[in-house]
Amino acid sequence: MDRFLFLTLDGLSRGAVYAAFALALVLIWRAGRIVNFAQGAMAVAAAYVAYSVTAATGSYWLGFVAALIAGLLLGAVVDVAVMRLVDHRSPLNPVIVALGLVLLIHAVLGMVYGNEYLPAQAPFSRTALTVGGLAVLSPYDLFVFAAVGVVGAALVWIFTRTAIGLRMRAAAFAPEVSRLLGVNVSGMLTLGWALASGVGALAGMLVIPTELGLHPHAMDLVFVSAFTAAVVGGLDSPPGAVVGGLGVGLLLSYVSGYAGGDLIPLAVLVLLLAVLLLRPGGLFAPVAARRV
Amino acid sequence: MSATRAPAPPTRSAAANRLRAGRPVPTLLRHLAVAAGAGLLVLAISYQLDSFRNFQLATVAAYLCATAGLTILTGLCGQLSLGHGALMATGAYTLALCQNAFADRGVTAGGVLVLSLGAAVLATVAVGALVGVAAARLRGPYLAGLTLAVAVVVPALTVTFDGVFNGEQGLAVPMAPAPASLGVYFPYERWQLWVVTVATLLCLVVLANLVRSRYGRAFRAVRDDEVAARLAGIHVARTQVIAFVVSAASAGLGGALLAVLAQSVSPGAFGLTLSLFLLMAVVIGGLGRLAGAVWGAVLLVALPDLTHTVTDLFTLSPAAAQRLEGNLPLAIFGCTLIVVMIAAPGGVQGLVSRLAGALPARWRRHRP
Repeated sequence: MDRFLFLTLDGLSRGAVYAAFALALVLIWRAGRIVNFAQGAMAVAAAYVAYSVTAATGSYWLGFVAALIAGLLLGAVVDVAVMRLVDHRSPLNPVIVALGLVLLIHAVLGMVYGNEYLPAQAPFSRTALTVGGLAVLSPYDLFVFAAVGVVGAALVWIFTRTAIGLRMRAAAFAPEVSRLLGVNVSGMLTLGWALASGVGALAGMLVIPTELGLHPHAMDLVFVSAFTAAVVGGLDSPPGAVVGGLGVGLLLSYVSGYAGGDLIPLAVLVLLLAVLLLRPGGLFAPVAARRV
Repeated sequence: MSATRAPAPPTRSAAANRLRAGRPVPTLLRHLAVAAGAGLLVLAISYQLDSFRNFQLATVAAYLCATAGLTILTGLCGQLSLGHGALMATGAYTLALCQNAFADRGVTAGGVLVLSLGAAVLATVAVGALVGVAAARLRGPYLAGLTLAVAVVVPALTVTFDGVFNGEQGLAVPMAPAPASLGVYFPYERWQLWVVTVATLLCLVVLANLVRSRYGRAFRAVRDDEVAARLAGIHVARTQVIAFVVSAASAGLGGALLAVLAQSVSPGAFGLTLSLFLLMAVVIGGLGRLAGAVWGAVLLVALPDLTHTVTDLFTLSPAAAQRLEGNLPLAIFGCTLIVVMIAAPGGVQGLVSRLAGALPARWRRHRP
């Protein structure tokens, strides 16, 4: 029972990160009907910026802020410099271009920092606190929950309570009409990319210290897990992404706790395959969703 | 095909005359002739090149199987696969396991390689059918996501089941030496090039015929408009599964041939980067054209070699040189992929075709 509780809490903490990352994917999917396959590589790039800033200043938090800013900027740059120029008539084109970005970002990171694992620092202790003899959450897990919670709340606030959020939703929902009504549609799209990439950078900063360390490929499996989470929730649904993320986190935690950590990749693949075959629209898909 | 569809008797002789006058060479014969020509060319070249260049040429041929398969799938049938690196790994590991099993039983004749290659193709067909059935129900980003998961996860399985696949170290592939009748001093790389070339050409002839067949037309119809294809009586899902299986079989053969060349397999060689390289190769070569797959395969081998030459020109510290050498090809591939997708979606072969468009029309009569 202790073990079950520990694995559950650990899975929720892991799932919170997947939820944030899946949320980033959903943001771009809703804004521009693109799944950003470069999300993982962009998040790693932001984490490397944090590594450099932390190494130069000695402060984790300066690096953390630098990563978020780098993520926002990178998202905007990718949209303006690359994605906007792509012919979107074939859905293959943006995917292929995003994969080109993955290669490019991996290569640049490898050239600047090398292809070795660099140590990633965690701001809080990762040893679990014990409450009444039970090992529960570590301070770092609490930090993860807080960070993801704050970002999620901020996104909800932006999209439901502010004028710019309304414009972003309008631009995504009915681009032509919004343009006629004076909304800067392409600007809103760029803003959406920036926000999504910023959230992705946050997720990267949170997950990398819990894995092997900083490496150009550090987010490959995280990306696949988060994509699975986004598909479980339905690519169109932000609440679905959060629930899907937590669910995938729990599942992977149980798998690694009861069956062995080596099986995590296989579990992700089986889950993704099962969801896509049984319920491709996701658990939260409205009836008669878009054909996948 | 056209002869059997000759119209009613009164016009039959006229039709026959017309056919005789401008009868196209049957597709199979034409493809076999081209393949034989290419084979003779490689045979001649293999005596001119040194061992290393022979090996590189053989690597091009091995990659060509995979890129041609991916061209069929992505270019012709419109399905994106990021998982072909994993399918190549399936073929390579199956070949390694078979060769090891034969070697353990003391069978060391060169001919068993054919059996192993066949087993590698069959194993990849099975995996390809599994993924293909799922893929036929998926479109666009969903399909890309699933195949990306395959590309990331399958190499990791070699570590999960390291009892069979020996983890990160991988397996050795015992190979029979070149036939003694060729002489004692016959370079082994030349023999490898011959073996790989024969397998690749066979694969290409099959694929080229498939492209020109009923199936090839069905692939293109499904790619261009699924609804219209369905109305025309094409079973869309079945067509997509067939395309995936054919493509997987080629990729498996390509992976097995790479294992034959390297005489070892390890998961590091078949990571996500390989899958992305393959995609890059077919996009830059030109989607939908088998000739584009040749450009792509050449590029996959030539570009790292070229960057190696370039980095040798500068005097760098060993560490910096190593970083640059390993990553510069990736950067160039990535940039090229983005630029080609934005500026010239037809790829290299598209440009060549456009240049060929300036030639007289009769030169181009039989182009697909």
